[in-house]
Amino acid sequence: MTTVAAPPRRPRAAQPSRRNRLRSGDAPVAWLFLLPALAGFVIFYLVPTVRGFWISLTDWNLLSDPEFVGLDNYREMLQDDKFWNALRITAEYVVINIGSQTVLALAIAVLMDRLTRSVLVRALIVVPWLVPNVTVAVVTLFMLDRNVGFVNHVLDLFGLDPQAFYGNSDQAIPTIALVNTWRNMGYTALLFFAGIQMIPRSLYEAAAIDGAGEWTLFRRVTLPLLRPVMVLVLVVSIIGSFQIFDTVAVTTKGGPADATRVIYYYIYQKAFNEFHMGYAAAMAVALFLILIVLTLAQMRMLRAADSDLR
Amino acid sequence: MLAWILLAILLVVTLYPFVWMVRTAFTGNHEIFDGDYSLVPADPTLINFRRVLGQTSVAEAIAAGGSGAELNFWLYLRNSLVFTAVVVIGQVGFSATAAYAFARLRFKGRDTLFAVFLAGLMVPPIFTVLPNFALVRSLGWLNTFQGTLAPYLLMTPFAIFFLRQFFLGISPEIEDAATIDGAGKVTVFWRIILPMSGPPLSTLALITAVFAWNEYLWPQLVGKDDGVRLLNVALGVFRQASPTSSPDWAGLMAAATLQVIPVFLLLLLFGRKLVNSLGFTGIK
Repeated sequence: MTTVAAPPRRPRAAQPSRRNRLRSGDAPVAWLFLLPALAGFVIFYLVPTVRGFWISLTDWNLLSDPEFVGLDNYREMLQDDKFWNALRITAEYVVINIGSQTVLALAIAVLMDRLTRSVLVRALIVVPWLVPNVTVAVVTLFMLDRNVGFVNHVLDLFGLDPQAFYGNSDQAIPTIALVNTWRNMGYTALLFFAGIQMIPRSLYEAAAIDGAGEWTLFRRVTLPLLRPVMVLVLVVSIIGSFQIFDTVAVTTKGGPADATRVIYYYIYQKAFNEFHMGYAAAMAVALFLILIVLTLAQMRMLRAADSDLR
Repeated sequence: MLAWILLAILLVVTLYPFVWMVRTAFTGNHEIFDGDYSLVPADPTLINFRRVLGQTSVAEAIAAGGSGAELNFWLYLRNSLVFTAVVVIGQVGFSATAAYAFARLRFKGRDTLFAVFLAGLMVPPIFTVLPNFALVRSLGWLNTFQGTLAPYLLMTPFAIFFLRQFFLGISPEIEDAATIDGAGKVTVFWRIILPMSGPPLSTLALITAVFAWNEYLWPQLVGKDDGVRLLNVALGVFRQASPTSSPDWAGLMAAATLQVIPVFLLLLLFGRKLVNSLGFTGIK
């Protein structure tokens, strides 16, 4: 969705004669070039989106024909405690995940910027992000095990009681959120690092001559000038964070006691374990709307950030 | 100095779980439950890899703390490699032609169509998974490669957006010169644009490979059968087969280690390229 440091769009007004000359001539070639992607888009994005809305208005178990039930699924949804619980814990997950991930990634990016340009350091920091979610889930399940996990061994060295992490209904969501923070922070740090490289060095030098310390440089130069990049990264990260599924599916399966039944997992269960396609689609519509509202809100922030700088 | 220590701590936290994973893969299950946390196992063994790869008898595997479930590793590795390769080639190739059309060719409704494509980014995957599953099922494509691949093969809005940005940055004079010499648009794209686009295409290919390798929800839904099962899905199944009372940790870590090897190779071969270009892609 976003390309940091994308090349600027060429003004189109600069070539009026070309436009007139080529408008009709390009069309056959253009459609030929577009055909595969267009087919993919129509079959696997556009039609399913429309169909998704339609399914949400039906009662359908995949085997018999769908039966139109109007807004029944939505009425049921609004009264479903599990639905609201799923939204609540998803929100909790997103807040913990995005909050910790952004702070840590920023710290790593600034540290790398001040200390080393080493490709090796950047390659190592991004390793967890290259490893599939499923693998990360299995490895952390072991690391965080109540009885033999390495993390509990470390806690024990400090004289602390062992924790169940994934197995404790109060800790499960923070655990999953922090595991994914651990997985993604290096990648996010690379994005921030690239953003910091675009800040003119002269600004730092000028501020340093004025006697600014590291913290002041960070507060007064890095943070404000990085803001557009940060907002872009946040927009994408938050949408991604709402889609938490893999880790839950492999580790807790929604438990213990529904503590990790996030919205994605609940939709999945309704659709593919209970075959309530209509109800699952209605919840997917709700999620879709929430993401649209969030994205629009963030886009406004983005525009505000733009005007701040230019 | 303090900053270096901080960075070192972050690196250790980032990497230690993988060190521990590999270490455990070479450890017998009984040692894990004895509470030995030394960095090098007291009695290193290959039994876990052997039983994950199905080279031991069921009795041997169970004696070593396994469930007897094996990972048909080579088959799943082949499946995952085929899946990833086809997704990369299809997505990057078809997205490139489409991106070029959006960036350079002039036709009616171009900008509207591009906006509609971009709007596709807003649709959460689970939303389209429901109807796509129904579609693939009604085509009889469950547990087939075409079913697993279909939604990924032809495009993603992100890939088109990414390449379009690059094509827009290419000076039009270069193309104009070729056009005046009588080259058609297809020739221009094939002979001039593509050869110039090595860096962005390879960047996109690398990212697409990482994403394809990570895919789980859709492949585990439509590709359950052995013949099309991906490594990710297999690892998930292997985890479910492990008894909850005394999980087969050593076996799981051996399976996870095998799963990470291709990632390690990718980093070894393309590390510099990956690291330098990842910073300029703002998507997960």
